[in-house]
Amino acid sequence: MVEYVWLTIAFPLIGVLINLFFGRLLEDAFSKWFKRSEVTGFIGSVTVVLSFLVSFAIFLQALGIEHFSHQVKLWDWITIGDFHVAISFLVDPLSIIMLLVVTGVGSLIHIYAVGYMDHDEGSARFFTYLNLFVASMLVLVLSDNYAGLYVGWELVGVCSYLLIGFWFFKPSAADAGKKAFIVNRIGDFGFALGIFLIWSTFGTLDYMEVFHEVGASHGEFASVINWVTILLFVGAIGKSAQIPLYVWLPDAMEGPTPVSALIHAATMVTAGVYMIARNNVLFAMAPNVSLVIAFVGAITAFFAATMALVAFDLKRVLAYSTISQLGYMILAVGVGAYAAGIFHLFTHAFFKALLFMAAGSVMHAMKGVIDMRRLGGLKDKMPETYWTFLIGAAALSGFPLITAGFWSKDNILVKAFELQQPNQAFGIILYTIGIITALLTAFYTFRAVFMTFHGEPRDKNLYDHAHENRRVMTLPLWILAIFSIGAGFLGLPSKLGLPNWIEDGWLYSVMAESHEILEHAHHFAHIGFGLEIALLSISAVVALVGIFGAWHVYIRYPQIAVDTARYAGRFYQLVLDKYRVDELYDTWIIEPGKGLADILAKIVDMNFIDKTLVDGSANSVRGLGHIMAILQTGYIRNYVMVIFVGIVVMGVYFFLL
Amino acid sequence: MAAIAVIFSKNAVHSALFLLLNFIMLAGLYILMSAQFIAALQVIVYAGAIVVLILFVIMLLGAELGESVPTWFTPKNMFVALLSLILLTLAGTAVKRNFPENLSTLNTPSDWGSVENVGMALFTDYVLAFEIAGVLLLVGIIGVVVLSGWERKIEEIGPTPIKQLPDIPYIQQEDIF
Amino acid sequence: MEHIPTTWYLLLAAILFSIGAGGVLIRRNTLVIFMCVEMMMNAANLTFVAFAREFGSTTGQVFVFMVMTVAAVEVAIGLAILVELYRHVKSVNIDSFDSLKG
Repeated sequence: MVEYVWLTIAFPLIGVLINLFFGRLLEDAFSKWFKRSEVTGFIGSVTVVLSFLVSFAIFLQALGIEHFSHQVKLWDWITIGDFHVAISFLVDPLSIIMLLVVTGVGSLIHIYAVGYMDHDEGSARFFTYLNLFVASMLVLVLSDNYAGLYVGWELVGVCSYLLIGFWFFKPSAADAGKKAFIVNRIGDFGFALGIFLIWSTFGTLDYMEVFHEVGASHGEFASVINWVTILLFVGAIGKSAQIPLYVWLPDAMEGPTPVSALIHAATMVTAGVYMIARNNVLFAMAPNVSLVIAFVGAITAFFAATMALVAFDLKRVLAYSTISQLGYMILAVGVGAYAAGIFHLFTHAFFKALLFMAAGSVMHAMKGVIDMRRLGGLKDKMPETYWTFLIGAAALSGFPLITAGFWSKDNILVKAFELQQPNQAFGIILYTIGIITALLTAFYTFRAVFMTFHGEPRDKNLYDHAHENRRVMTLPLWILAIFSIGAGFLGLPSKLGLPNWIEDGWLYSVMAESHEILEHAHHFAHIGFGLEIALLSISAVVALVGIFGAWHVYIRYPQIAVDTARYAGRFYQLVLDKYRVDELYDTWIIEPGKGLADILAKIVDMNFIDKTLVDGSANSVRGLGHIMAILQTGYIRNYVMVIFVGIVVMGVYFFLL
Repeated sequence: MAAIAVIFSKNAVHSALFLLLNFIMLAGLYILMSAQFIAALQVIVYAGAIVVLILFVIMLLGAELGESVPTWFTPKNMFVALLSLILLTLAGTAVKRNFPENLSTLNTPSDWGSVENVGMALFTDYVLAFEIAGVLLLVGIIGVVVLSGWERKIEEIGPTPIKQLPDIPYIQQEDIF
Repeated sequence: MEHIPTTWYLLLAAILFSIGAGGVLIRRNTLVIFMCVEMMMNAANLTFVAFAREFGSTTGQVFVFMVMTVAAVEVAIGLAILVELYRHVKSVNIDSFDSLKG
């Protein structure tokens, strides 16, 4: 089955081709019987579901096999001298888990989008992009070399741009698309440099060869690895929306909600986490860089959580929470808990996709209104959406014991707490930031729940318009809701004697090497049973306190929120303005950049390049043309004469010389 | 010779007639070479069809006198004559150098150019060339039809609103011709 | 039958060709130029036949057949073009067709 892994990419690509070339035609042809989005959406969904089935078959095959790892080579892509890049896939537990997430969550979101896009004329375009995205993401996770990773990395960036700007007639959407693309380019630049550095150092771009060479070395690559990991992490910062490049993600919510769910919550933004986990050997050998990564993740998690506290746009709350959760994942891979990071990625994909889709369901029912100040009391109008959103919210805030988010987040926090190198204090600091963030997370998540679904309806007109959505939209929600709860039991804390299937079983072979390196460096302290219980309890209490706090503030005494906002005054305003980071970038980066561009444009470009090079070449060609034009008399006889003379001259040359 | 007369006749009709003479002479030469089939073709196609066609067009256009004031001995024409002579010398030298002796053609059977033999060759070994010749002729026919008929048809039938504007009274439809 | 050596035929072909080429260059009447081109083709045909006889093969004659076909088509189309041109320019003087002038 493994050798058919390319089918997972081929199916969505077929969907792309069909929808791209025949989408509108088919929609028109079947318009009597089906809605537009149902035709193209059917094609899009079926292809992704097929892709998921293939992935699942591969998963079943790999299940129970130790050290399952296959390289499936399709063909050589680039061969220049000793530079070889193959189109070839690496199928191992890590890529399989990503396969399952991308195609599984992807299929559900495709199905959901059939219902969500039913008012939209551009559904053919939408599903073309969405399928293209799935294919690109699979290229990213399946590739067995950095070149393929980079191709996928850029492709998903393009798809993200196209889909954020899907409603391109809205200036804000078009701008958001551009912003996402440009901000991502900054990260990609570093990423590309990192790949160049890998090639110039190791002479290959194949993961396995690079890891092998690094593993066989004895510290001679230490400084290079530091640089490589820093540069690769710059790429991850852009793609996974970490400080300081997170600014694009909140704006990306301008895209259709299925896009936010698929790309900007479940899959694409986790590419950075996946990439670091994939390169766990390199990152394990760069402990200082890893520490920086951990802190970037922790700080991002905290700041994003504070911004989520005050946002009024439901989707923006979720966007900030995504950044925050990505911060957790980055924190995890930073402290060396790669499996924990992937596990959180796995559970997060379910519950965040669920939350986004539920939010989209609200939005769909409310004619596109997403401002929580105008919602409220929707619990009775949309019971299915409410319950699934509630489950997602519980998972996100880490509701103890039953939700997936609790186990995966706790796993990360425990690992952070255990951090010993270079200093135990760092571990404690990271843990503290993490746990405070967990409190904020629980609070803002249930703030969103209460403001949207509980209380009195704030806008009577909208409330009356609200209705539960069709089955095609709610069914995926329920499936995701089941996973949001069930997925957590794949990674129970092993310290308590419970099975941690994902870390100790499934992913162990991928992480074995880095595990050994970290073990060797006494990276983690091994805490005992009692401490583990204590940490778990703290997490549980924190989550419950957060939820209770939200209830206290937003249901029982709504006045508190208003008073606090007034009391905090300027600070509140600052947070509401997203810490003015956008303005900061505007003043310190964009404006000077514009100034520089102005200088270059006015002085260098207009005077030197335009006048001398551009005009100069044009003028010289025109002058030459004038000279040549004299020859073009237009008299056929002259042309014939020239031919004749030529023949004679040639004859003389051949016969007489 | 007739060929010289072709280019030195002032009147194009005379030129054409001299050309006819030239072609018939060549046909005679072909018969001398016992290439009867080619000779027949020469007479039918060249003398019969092509020259007649040319003559027809000359008379149709009234283009007997191409050059109203013929100026024969201009420097340019002298130069052309010189070039032609050089070309002739070159060709002659080439022939002389490559075939210095009188080549014997005695062993060539006298019926090699008969209609029967050439016909056999045409319909067996060179049947593809023959078919292509047919297609070529067809293309030629279509080409001529398109060139001479099509555009005028469109002009006459097709919508040409500017010409038919009624507020230009002094342009009559007949005036166009 | 008398046998004129092939060489003579070749020389005659060379003369005909030169005259034709010179005519193309000297004359201004497009129709005459046409005739000169035909003459050059005939020169080529003559060499074909001469060599065909030399080697006793029919290939050369088939080739002549092809050349004649091409010549016929060429004349037909060429004259059609000429007639059209004449309608536009009202002249067969080749020097009056100078719209290709650069």
